[in-house]
Amino acid sequence: MTEKKNLKIVMDAEGIERCLTRIAYEILEKNKGMDNLVLVGIRTGGIFLAQRLQKKISAIEGQTIPLGLLDITLYRDDIAKKKQKAPLGKTDIPFDLTDKKVILVDDVLFTGRTIRAAMDALIDFGRPKMIQLAVLIDRGHRELPIRADYIGKNLPSSLWEAVSVHLLEKNGKDEVVIEEEN
Amino acid sequence: MMKLGKKDILGIRDMSVDEINTILETAESFLEVSTRDIKKVPTLRGKSVINLFYEASTRTRTSFEIAGKRLSADTINISASTSSVVKGETLIDTARNLEAMNPDIIVIRHSAAGAPHLLASLLKQSIINAGDGAHEHPSQALLDMMTIKKKKGRISGLKIALVGDILHSRVARSNIFGLSKMGADVVVAGPATMMPRDIEQMGVRAYTKIEDAIKDADVIMMLRIQLERQKQNIFPSLREYAHHYCLNTRNLKLAKEDVIVMHPGPTNRGVEISPDVADDPKHSVILDQVTNGVAVRMALLYLLTGGNE
Repeated sequence: MTEKKNLKIVMDAEGIERCLTRIAYEILEKNKGMDNLVLVGIRTGGIFLAQRLQKKISAIEGQTIPLGLLDITLYRDDIAKKKQKAPLGKTDIPFDLTDKKVILVDDVLFTGRTIRAAMDALIDFGRPKMIQLAVLIDRGHRELPIRADYIGKNLPSSLWEAVSVHLLEKNGKDEVVIEEEN
Repeated sequence: MMKLGKKDILGIRDMSVDEINTILETAESFLEVSTRDIKKVPTLRGKSVINLFYEASTRTRTSFEIAGKRLSADTINISASTSSVVKGETLIDTARNLEAMNPDIIVIRHSAAGAPHLLASLLKQSIINAGDGAHEHPSQALLDMMTIKKKKGRISGLKIALVGDILHSRVARSNIFGLSKMGADVVVAGPATMMPRDIEQMGVRAYTKIEDAIKDADVIMMLRIQLERQKQNIFPSLREYAHHYCLNTRNLKLAKEDVIVMHPGPTNRGVEISPDVADDPKHSVILDQVTNGVAVRMALLYLLTGGNE
């Protein structure tokens, strides 16, 4: 465990809720409804946000938007270098992606490497018409030419800081915290 | 984070319960990859896996080959009958030469118990034992455990009967080690000539009658009768063996109603298992075993590769 200090809450439960509501409307506005629209959440943080977006969008439009779950571990670019392996989660995309407009959902956008891996994985599943990206937090420091289409909050951060999205479903509490790493 | 604390997969005997669970959980995630349209992920791109088979095999070799290919590794198959083994090269020389070509993993099957262990001590590459003599066949036991866990939801507390030639079966040995570790109640049955002396020391109960072993069993694992053994006068005739030890619809009724029937293959239909039991969709999980085998081997290749970070 690395010791953390200066823990700061940058977004509370209400803030997260409002961001997701706004993103849900933005997604529908930009895509002019939910025709051919599907959500794909990236494990693990992204799946809970994607589930919440699914509820909101489905409530607004009156019909259920399809939701898939994606584990990108097998597509990571550093996997062959590491003996330690992150637990492999299950990928579950129960629909054909061909010609769909895919909204990829993740909690924090950082270097962009996770999104690169996710796009490669999605394209192995079919040929989506387009892929858009929704994130709760964009903390900068991109290492690849990737940007988000829907952003909850831009959070300029230093490289030595850690940004974590805590969600009710896995941490028992909704909040975004930023902390300095020693 | 998870990690196997080993360079090699040589046997179930020296594997911990945690390691077995790590492999089974990882394999569970790999099952889905084989159901995709594009059954391939880029995980092991640029890695090479050599399948070095000194004994005949269809299932295990194909399974390892498919597992490697679905992870984008380059797989190379060498079988003894078409290699320089027939020119008299020793195992150690063959291994040294393969090592010089820098593969990442060597999967070996050999008729001599301990052959994979010899390679593991000599070579820096990871070695996977795909069956050594009558010693161990760890990937088979792992896929069997995965199949039981998927069908029954658990291994612990189940009554599991292994029937047939226990003495010459590496599948039986690896399964006895693994299933006992996982908390199953393991019983074995077979003719006295096919039962190791001191089998009870492995922590199992042994019977000579199939009926005693399979009574109230949750899982029945039938072992292949190795036809070539008949020459050693271990059993008088296939007909007599089948008369006493064949699993059929009649004796199957002794087991629990939801019993699953397993067989590592290749099956001798009508000898150790009757065709109607082998093909019974209600009980037989023989083809699930094969499907799970690919996933287990993907998990092994995945967990063994990687640097030292």
